[in-house]
Amino acid sequence: MPQLLLELFSEEIPARMQAQAARDLERMARDGLGKAGLISEGLKAFAGPRRLTLVVEGLPVAQPDVHEELKGPKANAPEQALEGFLRKTGLTREQLVEKDGVLFAHVHKAGRPTSEIIAELVEQIVRGFPWPKSMTWGHGKLRWVRPLKRILCVFNREVVPLTIDGIVAGDLSEGHRFMAETRVFRARDFDEYHEALAGHFVVLDVEERKQRILEGARTLCFARGLELVEDEGLLDEVAGLAEWPTPILGDMDPAFLDLPPEVIRTSMRTHQKYFAVRKPGEAGLAPHFLVVANNVAPDGGLEIARGNAKVLSSRLSDARFFWAEDVKDVKDGFEPWLKKLEGVTFHAKLGTMAERVERIVALAREIAPLVGAEPDRAAEAARLAKADLASQMVGEFPELQGIMGGYYARNLIASFDTPTSSAAQDDVGGEAQKSSHPEQARSAVSKDAVTLDAEIADAIRDHYRPQGPGDAVPTAPLSVAVALADKLDMFAGFWGINEKPTGSKDPFALRRAALGFIRLVLENDVRLRLRAFGNQVIDLRRKLGDGFGDPMFVRQFAAENVESFLDFLADRLKVLLRDQGKRGDLVDAVFALGDDDLVRIVARVEALTTFLATEDGTNLLQGYKRAANILKAEEKKGPLPTGEPSRVAEPAEEGALFDALAALGPKLDAALAVEDFTGAMTALAALRAPVDAFFDKVLVNSDVPAERDNRLRLLQQVQSAMGRVADFSLVTG
Amino acid sequence: MRLNQYWGDRGCLILQPHDEQVGAGTLHPATVLRALGPKPWNAAYVQPSRRPGDGRYGENPNRLQHYYQYQVILKPNPADMQDLYLGSLQAIGLDLKLHDIRFVEDDWENPTVGAWGLGWEVWCDGMEVSQYTYFQQVGGLDVFPVAGELTYGLERLAMYVFGVDNVYDLPYNDPDSPLGALSYGDVFLDNERQHSEANFHGYDVAVLKGQFEDMERQVPLMLERSYDGDHLVLPAYDMVLKASHLFNLMNARGAIAVAERASYIGRIRDLCKLCAQAWVDQQGRNAA
Repeated sequence: MPQLLLELFSEEIPARMQAQAARDLERMARDGLGKAGLISEGLKAFAGPRRLTLVVEGLPVAQPDVHEELKGPKANAPEQALEGFLRKTGLTREQLVEKDGVLFAHVHKAGRPTSEIIAELVEQIVRGFPWPKSMTWGHGKLRWVRPLKRILCVFNREVVPLTIDGIVAGDLSEGHRFMAETRVFRARDFDEYHEALAGHFVVLDVEERKQRILEGARTLCFARGLELVEDEGLLDEVAGLAEWPTPILGDMDPAFLDLPPEVIRTSMRTHQKYFAVRKPGEAGLAPHFLVVANNVAPDGGLEIARGNAKVLSSRLSDARFFWAEDVKDVKDGFEPWLKKLEGVTFHAKLGTMAERVERIVALAREIAPLVGAEPDRAAEAARLAKADLASQMVGEFPELQGIMGGYYARNLIASFDTPTSSAAQDDVGGEAQKSSHPEQARSAVSKDAVTLDAEIADAIRDHYRPQGPGDAVPTAPLSVAVALADKLDMFAGFWGINEKPTGSKDPFALRRAALGFIRLVLENDVRLRLRAFGNQVIDLRRKLGDGFGDPMFVRQFAAENVESFLDFLADRLKVLLRDQGKRGDLVDAVFALGDDDLVRIVARVEALTTFLATEDGTNLLQGYKRAANILKAEEKKGPLPTGEPSRVAEPAEEGALFDALAALGPKLDAALAVEDFTGAMTALAALRAPVDAFFDKVLVNSDVPAERDNRLRLLQQVQSAMGRVADFSLVTG
Repeated sequence: MRLNQYWGDRGCLILQPHDEQVGAGTLHPATVLRALGPKPWNAAYVQPSRRPGDGRYGENPNRLQHYYQYQVILKPNPADMQDLYLGSLQAIGLDLKLHDIRFVEDDWENPTVGAWGLGWEVWCDGMEVSQYTYFQQVGGLDVFPVAGELTYGLERLAMYVFGVDNVYDLPYNDPDSPLGALSYGDVFLDNERQHSEANFHGYDVAVLKGQFEDMERQVPLMLERSYDGDHLVLPAYDMVLKASHLFNLMNARGAIAVAERASYIGRIRDLCKLCAQAWVDQQGRNAA
């Protein structure tokens, strides 16, 4: 069956756009062909630095013919109606067929040649391609991501005639810019094309390019006793930057290893797109780097390695310059940076970064006792946590926020331990005297006589964590306190100005923050009553005056927003538990109790999951549903009886259920009081047999009103007793 | 210089630097203003460029607060502009087979003059040696036909050609010259050290601010004046450049809070837009 090969050859396409472009090309082609009734056997798109390629296998040479029967006017309809129908169908009266007094036209539409359809489709795709950014060039009007140079379009080994904005489609393409011996090659089908590309030093498939990079890199590293620090995102990017990716191992001046490894890696990755390497089993980096070139040079890449090493030196000298300037800035403590935060806007409606810090400090103080941290120390860690945002290093590499703060704090601690540090030397007058007494200097740095120490440095470093599902959750009490305070302030702030995440929009990454918040709470077993605490957060904000103004508004905002926030958190928790294989409906069933303590909620969900997996559990659930259905049906007839049921001797099953419920009450009380949810479930399990027997033998809807009322009261009690553990009406199945 | 020869042979006017302090060769009126309007324009020139925040007291091997850019502007951009560009690298002695040349996405934007375009940083062995841009807008106005712009970092290219690791070690003259062999450092190191200190700590912020506001007032006044039917766009544009440099100095001094930054940039852009609009009106009138 005939094959379509399309290549859109342009100047260099940004690496980050390539994968999506391949998907878009595939989708647009599939939709377009489908709409034209052309079904293919297979379709695949490729994207690389200079080309988008599409191959469609097994297309028919023409559209299928279409027969249509069009209903017309009645045979006895007025002349005008008939004329109109004839005009529309292009037929004569004789060609129409009469059926039951109505005229029908049989229209036969011959399918068009596929190549015509392809020509139209390609033009549509090129003109309507959804590049995130596009441009015009020269005198042209056509938009593409960068100037489009050639269109190769062959169907069934024939060039499809088409011209777009002066670009005439043909069967020619180009290979590697520097390595290919001849610039242009000809291809009439995919096999020829693929072979010609390889012969002209172009790897078409991005997966193949990635494989080539990884294998080459690992081999080079292995030969030198090194190990590649793998980086998925970087691999994707470099695979979009080279048509003939060629890994080269270069050397870095070992003197730079005194910089924090995070700084070296970030500088390599963001500026130079190099992979870092290390010695297997060692924590730090090795003084080498791995660059992926797009050229196999005649000297084996020596020049290229040397050139890249020079640039890296310059980049790392820059990083060292930032480090040195930063250290100089804060030789006596973080105060100069805290001062700078007063000029940094966090969000136009939420004040400056300094104001945000003030709020986090207040929150950290409140949270500290809940996580076993000292309030004053938590407050101090919070006060210093954002200081590094004013550092030059974080200005250059925003992703190092926190990490740098931790390093600068440790550096400061070390400088106190060395009385002849540069801090002391640079000081003048009374300051110098103070610095010569390390203990004094240390506490002078911090307020409230709290000493800046390693734990506070760790809290500064770790308070943004966990940053993603793979990132570890901090466990040190101080770090937990600041991390929770940081996130709570974000929630309170963005809920307050009604910037909650909606649909796919979450510009402030609040969903990620919520997931981090939940994991911090759960993994550290933090007992936090969110509803009460939420209100406390609001009160705190009001006291600090965060620009909301009208206190009435704040109060109203508090009540509404705390609930809306809890709903949001419930959704996030559901996502998290679902990822762990738990059922979303069980989370709902527990949340419906109105509990706002995440640790307890999860404990309930776990106990419920186990319980419902037992036979007692499934049967009791059925009993619950049956009771609920009866109650619902009876409620429609009139108000349900209120009050307590009474014990009856006959029927025995009714008496037995009464006894079981009476015995259950205290057991549930006891279990729930100590949050023994497994115990509560076990207690509930004792209801199963009496409930089953009751439904088996007792007719609820008795003709005797007193009997009926008593039985309805019993069922209500079953419902409410079970409802103390979870809202079983929300459990499915 | 070989770049002049190369681009001169390809139909470019060879111009001289503009005598205002500018942050980049782009800001030369031969680029910003000439990119606008319907007339074709091909020019090449060297422009000293000042980046106050990049001062490193002469301690960084290739970062300078004052350096030289070589600028080429081709309007409309020729279809084989990438090939022409690569040819220019060969012309100055770069062996394209031996090195690793890459076009890495970098969408150029200069918000202070309301200009943007799509293009790349051109890397040679990981070093950015040029900026390559297809101008889409300048002064907030569409550029049509599209102009292609090439900017070469002259020091960096020279380092390649001479195989030198540190910019200050570049030979500056003929070693047999009667002055003796002088390096780039002999000529410029003092300049870097003194200006770095001035940029970061020396300038009086209040004075800079006052001068900025003076320029801001002057631009519209200058544009109101005309000579022989033409508004004084070129002098007005020079004042925009002054304001822009003053802003850069204030920024390097750390005198501009993040929140104010956008507003300063907006103020300069507004001034630039006035000039761009006046220029385009004038071009249209003169063409008609």
